[in-house]
Amino acid sequence: MAQRNIIPFGPQHPVLPEPIHLDLVTEDETVVEAIPSIGFVHRGLEKLVEKKDYQEFVYVAERICGICSFMHGMTYCQAVEEIMGLDVPPRALYLRTVWAELSRIHSHLMWLGLAADAFGFESLFMNCWRHREGVLDIIEATTGGRVIFGSCKIGGVRRDIDDGTMKGIVKKLETMASEIRRSTDVFLNDYSVQHRLKGVGVIDGEEAHRLGTVGPVLRASGIAMDARKIGYAAYRDLKFEPVIEKDGDCYSRCRVRVREVFQSIELIAQAAQKIPPGETEIRVTGAPEGEYFSRVEQPRGEVIYYVKADGTKNLKRFRVRTPTFANLPAMVKMLKGAGLADVPNIILTIDPCISCVER
Amino acid sequence: MFLRKSPWIIHYDATSCNGCDIEVVASLTPLYDLERFGIINMGNPKHADIFVVTGSVNPSSSAVVRNIYDQMPNPKVVVAVGICATSGGIFRECYNVLGGIDKVIPVDVYVPGCAARPESIIDGIVKALDILEQRSREFKKLRVESQRQEKKLRRYRLND
Amino acid sequence: MTEEQAIIEVGKDTLLGRVADFHFQGYRLVQICCTPLEDAIEVNYSFDLNYSFTNLRLSVKPGEEIQSISIIYWSAFVYENEMRELFGLNIKNIVVDYQGHFYRTAMPTPFVTPGPVESPADGE
Repeated sequence: MAQRNIIPFGPQHPVLPEPIHLDLVTEDETVVEAIPSIGFVHRGLEKLVEKKDYQEFVYVAERICGICSFMHGMTYCQAVEEIMGLDVPPRALYLRTVWAELSRIHSHLMWLGLAADAFGFESLFMNCWRHREGVLDIIEATTGGRVIFGSCKIGGVRRDIDDGTMKGIVKKLETMASEIRRSTDVFLNDYSVQHRLKGVGVIDGEEAHRLGTVGPVLRASGIAMDARKIGYAAYRDLKFEPVIEKDGDCYSRCRVRVREVFQSIELIAQAAQKIPPGETEIRVTGAPEGEYFSRVEQPRGEVIYYVKADGTKNLKRFRVRTPTFANLPAMVKMLKGAGLADVPNIILTIDPCISCVER
Repeated sequence: MFLRKSPWIIHYDATSCNGCDIEVVASLTPLYDLERFGIINMGNPKHADIFVVTGSVNPSSSAVVRNIYDQMPNPKVVVAVGICATSGGIFRECYNVLGGIDKVIPVDVYVPGCAARPESIIDGIVKALDILEQRSREFKKLRVESQRQEKKLRRYRLND
Repeated sequence: MTEEQAIIEVGKDTLLGRVADFHFQGYRLVQICCTPLEDAIEVNYSFDLNYSFTNLRLSVKPGEEIQSISIIYWSAFVYENEMRELFGLNIKNIVVDYQGHFYRTAMPTPFVTPGPVESPADGE
């Protein structure tokens, strides 16, 4: 038997934009065990509900993660709206859908860039981030923020997008789609990309499901589970099928995200066609009482918000289970038996968002 | 000294929400493109001149921040990006947050904002360049002085 | 309501049986979360199969010991280590046991205000 070594990986590491620490137990070049340890980003914001009232807390919820910030705010608002039995105007639901899909596009493009950086394809990394700026421009024009939108509130949305702008957005996304396709074709067809990603970090569908994996990681293993199918916001009126791939390796996860970028562009076009006129928010009075688990499909997978309220301004309990937290066990399983050089790729293909995990 | 012509930065996320981190990377990629000024994001603290920290510190990350700072060669400058890094921001009242980065290491430039925009991050880094320049001049003077002292000492020893 | 959410109350002794039953039916473990109440901690085990969402609810008195479900759902270890560290729950037989070094918070069990029964240390 070869000698066993423990290689510390992180918290500060060139491929990691965020701190996570792994102890990699290796035999020669093969990882036999990976033990994650977290806590470098733990803030304890779930306990902030005791200090901020339920309306103020939307701001905190948006700052759980800067990448899917809008969806965090939206999930929180949905949870409180369900408890209070609010009827959110349909136009607001459609607007939320549009912003949610825009943030999915920007998140996936960002991930594609970081993945390219991890396997050393610098120009592809830069190209993906260039495309992403186009999406951010749309977001900035419609909400005023690049990263934290601040446009979602309990009972609706703060801003409206007029019809002319909406048409402009759809047109701009269409022209961007052909540009994005030039970059994503490299991911799908290039030999060197396939060489690094194919057959690496394989997890089969049954095991992924048993480990509670969510999002693109689960869908890349052939299981069609997409929380958007539950039908929150405007998704019940839109036509789409979850994107699935069969192989369950890094390359499939990459393919799922590439295809989801184009799916989101299509969903925005559909939403822009069907968006009804009317109010964008309703007045919210009183305080929530009850409990609810709100589920939303974020770029990284299904997020769960649990909100329990007892009729006062401050919530009794607020809990977030973010997609990366659910994907950690799968990552540990994938790392077993992987080569040391593939570790960064495997970690990146679950699209880790550590600040979400630790809150 | 031409240190300011191509300073290398190292970025560490202390407890940031990612918002400022992606803006730091965005300021290095095509639209804002800090790289055209020779500024490169480094993964290795021993190669870096400017330490860009985002997010407030917690007990676990404070040790890491301290460690990275100690590993960087002199002269070095610290830029705290985002309101969390300057004071703790919205998370100041959380039980596991100690406060801004200046609780652990000396900070030279504060870039406020939630999330800080790429323009202001670039502005902050450019401000840091002046400090870096000045510090490298002082550092050089100090080194020359210490060499002189050393020479003097050696002469004394020879005389003994 | 966007979706129906069933909540089933379970006891400490029947928990493992119910969880094994869910596992057998092919449910996915969605999450485990704790809510500190006045006299007990409420633990919710959520499961999902084909978008139908079910909860098992267990009430744990302070100082009480509960069994880990990580022998059935391996991935539960992350949640259970979190519960132990943030809520001070006494969980037995976790498959991957961090011994309280998962988050390494500044104060132990931050969510549970020091009570009369279990108080490893008082927060501030």
